[in-house]
Amino acid sequence: MKKPYYLLLLLSVFTLLGTSAYKAADGGYQVGDTASDFKLKNVNGQLVSLRDQKEAKGYIVTFTCNTCPYAKLYEDRLIQLHRKYAAKGYPVIAINPNDVTASPGDSYAQMQKRASDKKFPFVYLYDESQEVAKRYGATRTPHVYILTKSGQDLKVSYIGAIDDNSGDPEKVQKRYVEAALDNLLSGKAVPQTSTKAIGCTIKWRNNS
Amino acid sequence: MVPRRILCLSALLCSLLLTGNAMAQTQNVASVKLPHLQKYLNSKSDTTYVINFWATWCKPCIEELPNFEALQKQSAGKPIQVVLVSMDFAKDLEKKVVPFVNRHKLQSTVFLLDEPDQNAWIDLIDPSWSGAIPATLFVNNSRKQRFFIEKPITLAQLQEYITSKFPQNP
Repeated sequence: MKKPYYLLLLLSVFTLLGTSAYKAADGGYQVGDTASDFKLKNVNGQLVSLRDQKEAKGYIVTFTCNTCPYAKLYEDRLIQLHRKYAAKGYPVIAINPNDVTASPGDSYAQMQKRASDKKFPFVYLYDESQEVAKRYGATRTPHVYILTKSGQDLKVSYIGAIDDNSGDPEKVQKRYVEAALDNLLSGKAVPQTSTKAIGCTIKWRNNS
Repeated sequence: MVPRRILCLSALLCSLLLTGNAMAQTQNVASVKLPHLQKYLNSKSDTTYVINFWATWCKPCIEELPNFEALQKQSAGKPIQVVLVSMDFAKDLEKKVVPFVNRHKLQSTVFLLDEPDQNAWIDLIDPSWSGAIPATLFVNNSRKQRFFIEKPITLAQLQEYITSKFPQNP
């Protein structure tokens, strides 16, 4: 009984490694891939890495920005998510990937202002080189990647939208991120591992 | 008894005349559900639909709208139809979308897709679409041609896609 399981595990590890290498070249992570860490500047001036937060079980990595109306509509919901899940081991890690030339409202100084105006309880990181957004395969704001710690690795458990109604939080029927987190926290499989939503395209640097 | 076909035809003609008339002055933008958009997506006619997803709040979308308008103008008399699908919220239709459409004197077909559960339909437009806008689908079912792009487009690119992927006389 034991041996086949072991082989299966080994096989799935290889498959995983294979797909992640393939998918990274193919434009970002897919659910099940192993995500890499980063080091980005927070609005308080400190450099933040995921591995710094030793007590975390995972992260709600969210590509967002100051300027996109859809991203703004989700600011309060991100704050609520952080309030609810950071204590349970899943803090929100907000990352702004927009190029400042293409979108001046997303400068580091404007990020600091937005974070202080909205009293963000989570880190708000500046992806100035846009490398993290590219590596993850983020295309729009907001765009969520739930990462789960698995030993030394970070596994991508969910990619997509926060819920099913950007325009009206009162009319939300499906809370995708909460459902994923509740299942992860109780050791169950995530029912819907990827969703899509309309969002603002990330403002890429012109030469990239 | 007037034959049904003639009735239908005259109704169609009337509606065409009416829309033509309305377009000359101000365009009335309808808020529609998915089946309305699917009429274009599933149309069997030999028409190349250039379906652009945009919103009044989306800067790169607004910047590329003149390209679609120019394409529509250049395509007069050809089986090419530009369809501008606004992703604005339905509550902003009268406040933002209609004034925008009239201020910019948009001549292409415009409507607002009121389907808040976007995850339910984004894949129907194209499985490769992540949901970022602007995004544009070129579709001609009678020629079994389909092309999707999730990026801003220049007029030269629009023309190139139309001529290379949807030739009039293949």
